[in-house]
Amino acid sequence: MTQILLRQDHTGQCLSFGQYCDAGGFEALRTALGGMSPNDVQQAVIDSGLRGRGGAGFPTGKKWSFVPRNLPGPRYLICNCDEMEPGTYKDRVLLEQNPHILIEGMALTCYALGVEHAFIFVRRGYEQAAANLRTAIGAAKQAGFLGSDILGSGFSLQLDIHQSAGRYICGEETALINALEGIRANPRVKPPFPAVKGLWGQPTVVNNVETLANIPAIIAHGPTWWKGLAATPEAAGTKLFCISGHVRNTECFELPLGTPLGKIIDGPCGGMRPGSTFKACIPGGASTPYFTREHWGVAMDFDPVAKAGSRLGTGGIIVFDQNTCMVAATLNLTRFYARESCGWCTPCREGLPFLVHTLEKIEQGLGTESDPDILREHVHALNYAFCALAPGAMGPVEGLLRLFEDELREHITKGRCPFGD
Amino acid sequence: MIPHQDYKTEADRHDAMEQILRQHRHSPDALIEVLHFAQENYGYLPRELLGRLAEQLKLPPSLVYGVASFYHGFRLEPRGRHHCTVCTGTSCHIKGGTALLAELERRFGISCGETAPDGSFSLDSVRCLGVCDLAPLAVLDDDIISAETIDALADKVCQCLAEKSSTGKSP
Repeated sequence: MTQILLRQDHTGQCLSFGQYCDAGGFEALRTALGGMSPNDVQQAVIDSGLRGRGGAGFPTGKKWSFVPRNLPGPRYLICNCDEMEPGTYKDRVLLEQNPHILIEGMALTCYALGVEHAFIFVRRGYEQAAANLRTAIGAAKQAGFLGSDILGSGFSLQLDIHQSAGRYICGEETALINALEGIRANPRVKPPFPAVKGLWGQPTVVNNVETLANIPAIIAHGPTWWKGLAATPEAAGTKLFCISGHVRNTECFELPLGTPLGKIIDGPCGGMRPGSTFKACIPGGASTPYFTREHWGVAMDFDPVAKAGSRLGTGGIIVFDQNTCMVAATLNLTRFYARESCGWCTPCREGLPFLVHTLEKIEQGLGTESDPDILREHVHALNYAFCALAPGAMGPVEGLLRLFEDELREHITKGRCPFGD
Repeated sequence: MIPHQDYKTEADRHDAMEQILRQHRHSPDALIEVLHFAQENYGYLPRELLGRLAEQLKLPPSLVYGVASFYHGFRLEPRGRHHCTVCTGTSCHIKGGTALLAELERRFGISCGETAPDGSFSLDSVRCLGVCDLAPLAVLDDDIISAETIDALADKVCQCLAEKSSTGKSP
């Protein structure tokens, strides 16, 4: 199994700049600057079939192609490392092991897009990742891979880190741009999309850490080789799956995209921990509807997971055992979203606390017969919120209603939580 | 993060703020960077300081206060000499994170979000720290504390706090 992203030195520490270069690091940048046009780089990314790893799964090359090339003024690239979704920690692991690959990926992306100033937006609490990045940027600058006239090609790039003050909504790209401009992270109206009018009104591309970290391998080994790393012919590349919950090994694994769910849990995760049996899981971070035993064979790739009624999201898998109350788990997730709502639009600001109230009531045994229908109406209504936060929050609630309605109703008919807390 | 510095006097702090503002050329876009530095410098963001920064960055005071109160990382009140954050994200929740918070509230006799009357300790919770592989967990000052059971974890937090308090080490 080939791993291109997760590489650490033999002591398990962060890879040094020298170790990264010895292992072929920055060769892709040399190749690109030595003989590829910016369009060639973009075409390779389009051909590779790379889809965004931050949650939405939008084709990366296509996103780049929306940037108008004829507008005056600068363009920007922002790397989104605002990883705040419960159960998701892959970007932290990646940057704690190998920050250099992100810098090379960003340099290639900036070359393809004609960007001379890029930012890395790091979440609050990821101090180690930010420190690693600062060291890595310093080393890359000294070696001539960042700064002005890189490798004599005439291409220049400045890379800056912004440490977020902490708010989940910053993961939404237009909110992130507002945060970078120093104001409250409320989302902006789309269109205009950031690719046309983003940071300081200029064309801006926002890509996830893992997405950008894949670019060097695509350029170094070619899009066909990279695509072939996946487990199925339809999928492309590898994916970081970060696992938590009731399995033996709660770690972040780099696996071929399209690996079946059951194979991930029984394989690298080492199966369920002693005394636990599998009940359900969140397949891709807190905003994705649950999977149960019936989804064991689903290939963990964007389209198959969507077909099975959920989303691949970030690849953050939280596994629940038989003693987990799904109402309490959904309540926990909904509380997160209610707290993180930025308050900009009414459905989200008012709707999420109401859902928390309703789920709390049910969990405490005070639910009524009509509550499931009230929940269902809200799942529908909150899709009309201003941005994707509230629809994302409805993922687990929708999954609860579709897959665990019996358990939900048991809370109501028994007048207590059947799991005893 | 900006390296922690211990400024002796109010004048030192003031000078450090002047320096960071000059470094950012008094640009309003740098508000969040300046607030990060101010909090590192003062331990929290006092109201008078926010007013002063608004003037220096030529921003409406409402905007500065709006930003300072919006982000979870900014504090408008000082917290205890030692601070414990319990993660109640979903991965921690299913492994007892919520029970851990209740246990620590019981042991320290303060509620989540409160500071002990003598200012020695404060407690709060957060929804996911992005360290779900170690769940359940708490963070005491900058140290991540994790254990298999809730009781063992609460014991560890207490022990760690006692060690820190006895050596008199500030976070």
